[in-house]
Amino acid sequence: MFKIKKCLICNEEVESVFSWKDIWVSSDNEKICSDCRGKLAFLSGERCKMCSRELEEKYQQDGLCLDCVRWENDSEWRGFLSANISLFHYNDFLKETIAKFKYRGDYALAEAFASFVAEKIEHMSHDIIVPIPLSNERMAERGFNQAKALAETAGLKTYDALLRTHTEKQSKKSREERIRLAQVFKVTGPDTIKGKKILLIDDIYTTGSTLRHAAKILKQSGAEEIYSLTLAR
Amino acid sequence: MLQKFISMFSSPSASPARIASPKKSIPLNPAFEYSPELQQHLYGRLLLPEEIPFKVLDDHVENGYVSSTPGLTKDEGRYYCTRCGNKEPSMFYKFPCSRCGKSCAYCRACIMMGRVSECTILYSWCGPKFCFDIPANVLVWEGTLSEGQKAASERVTSAIHTNEELLFWAVCGAGKTEVLFKGIEAALLSGKRLCIATPRTDVVLELAPRLKKAFPLIEVSALYGGSEDRHRPAPLTVSTTHQLFRFKEAFDAIIIDEVDAFPYSMDTSLQFAVNKAKKETSATILLTATPSKKMKIAYANRKLQAVTIPARFHRHPIPIPTMHWCGNWKKQLENKNIPPIIAEWVETRLKSKTPILLFFPSIKVMEQALPLFQQLNRGLLAVHSQDAKRKEKVTSLREGRIPGLLTTTILERGVTIPKLDVAVIGSEHGVFSESALVQIAGRVGRSAKHPTGTVTFFHYGKSNDMVQAIRHIQGMNEEARNRGLLDV
Ligand SMILES: [Zn+2]
Ligand SMILES: [Zn+2]
Ligand SMILES: [Zn+2]
Ligand SMILES: [Zn+2]
Repeated sequence: MFKIKKCLICNEEVESVFSWKDIWVSSDNEKICSDCRGKLAFLSGERCKMCSRELEEKYQQDGLCLDCVRWENDSEWRGFLSANISLFHYNDFLKETIAKFKYRGDYALAEAFASFVAEKIEHMSHDIIVPIPLSNERMAERGFNQAKALAETAGLKTYDALLRTHTEKQSKKSREERIRLAQVFKVTGPDTIKGKKILLIDDIYTTGSTLRHAAKILKQSGAEEIYSLTLAR
Repeated sequence: MLQKFISMFSSPSASPARIASPKKSIPLNPAFEYSPELQQHLYGRLLLPEEIPFKVLDDHVENGYVSSTPGLTKDEGRYYCTRCGNKEPSMFYKFPCSRCGKSCAYCRACIMMGRVSECTILYSWCGPKFCFDIPANVLVWEGTLSEGQKAASERVTSAIHTNEELLFWAVCGAGKTEVLFKGIEAALLSGKRLCIATPRTDVVLELAPRLKKAFPLIEVSALYGGSEDRHRPAPLTVSTTHQLFRFKEAFDAIIIDEVDAFPYSMDTSLQFAVNKAKKETSATILLTATPSKKMKIAYANRKLQAVTIPARFHRHPIPIPTMHWCGNWKKQLENKNIPPIIAEWVETRLKSKTPILLFFPSIKVMEQALPLFQQLNRGLLAVHSQDAKRKEKVTSLREGRIPGLLTTTILERGVTIPKLDVAVIGSEHGVFSESALVQIAGRVGRSAKHPTGTVTFFHYGKSNDMVQAIRHIQGMNEEARNRGLLDV
């Protein structure tokens, strides 16, 4: 009960606050210190119904951000992704933490977010959780899939319904180019997903193009409805 | 027979016996044609496979030119990282590894340099020695050394030559770098490979160009997190201590700058890094203005050889701090008052346009104080360790665009501002150790043009460290005077 724990993000010792609650519930969820917790910015206020972005008066239309308006006006993309939920602002602190997590390969950092992910998913109805996959090349490089790690550490079962057929090296391409790219994913087991509510999971929502590609092919292969959850937006 | 000293830089935890050796050593195949590029890349290094972009790596392993070592070993149930020496159980973590298909432990202590896990192999060169081309004249430096510098320079040179461990204890502003030049020159000419290691990237960035200028015909490699010359072998390397983790048996001499500037917890990992990076027979020069207690005791007991420069190059004594009682500074600041004696000190300097540094014990206290001091002068700013504009603010002070800075101990080292006066507010606070106070006092009177200045400790009850710091500086000045190194 008085074991000293270290914050998974900054390695400072986490002062374990003893309370009566601890007698009933293990205080195991203190994975990060209050300083680090304070640096995480929860998305709040009025947000885009579609992608979780915080909305500004000028840049919205009927509760959708202008990016989502553009996606939904495009008959090629309309209606595949029902909604995306993101947890935190992709601020400098989270940028640094995610970079360490996925590029340096510090898997332990997934656990720092586990309780947040688990709590959010509890309120999202779904049949199957599908992590956005990495290409074989990236997988060999990193040794783990960061999207899957986020679900695994939150104690959730995932199903690899997707396979990546193109590499991830798309960050330098424009939105248009990315959309024009031929199919990025392949569905592995169409029977398993048929008629199911799918929850996609990924680390970051940037343009939404990756998630929409995944949603489109899953739905075209018979899935009922597609939602997504990302750590950062 | 010479008795081998218990080195300051070899702890039991860092003994080479704990480093896992390759499973079986493969005899060198003399018929094998090795790649000189790979030799250059890997010589004296200990690298991850992803840091070695050579297809021929495996051939070299099979022919005995490259040795392989497991990245993690397990000893009595405890993991041990071969690269950084970490063996703290909380700094290892297991993950489902797609490379080995197992639940695979990895080291979190050195994760920023790429992951070392149970299935990771580290490589180093064990083929023919790589020789650097050293021209006959390496040092072009026209400056002259003071008497104190000259004596120290000779001692450093002989220590490198005879592979000693030497404490080089020089006051702030003694001109340490110039003292090293002769020693570096002699070492390079005798074919030795050297490294200057420092805990701070700032120092690497400042030192590398000075060394390149002094040794223009020699390749000088500058290593820090994110630096570009990461894989260029050089006879002279300036590196952050962190980057030393990528070396193994590389250097004939390591000069460690600011050897006392490490937080306590870093101590063992630094020792490990230094011991691994240097050759078995090699010299270690420990550079500092404020040696730790452990070092001073070892010096007093003659377990550690030392050379001192008690005087600044400009032959003026170091200003002695004065102590002033200022009452309960904490409470007064909380009540939005600057202790009057401190306000007066600041106002005098604002009037005479003397740049000032005000040291505070914590960010919190400093932030409370900032608006109060800004009522005296709106130009006063504050800096702390996480301040992205730290450098700009210091430059503004140096160039006279602002009258002064409030700071935490972050500016205790490395800052040189002409004509500066310094005050420590709450100098009895625990963060102001003897060495911190000596370093702070060392900011004053550094330039030959303005060799004097004042250092004031404002306190609410003297601490032992304050008294010790003053004694420390008095002692250095006295030694300097006795050795005839002062003009005044
Ligand atoms: Zn933390
Ligand atoms: Zn949106
Ligand atoms: Zn390590
Ligand atoms: Zn593994």
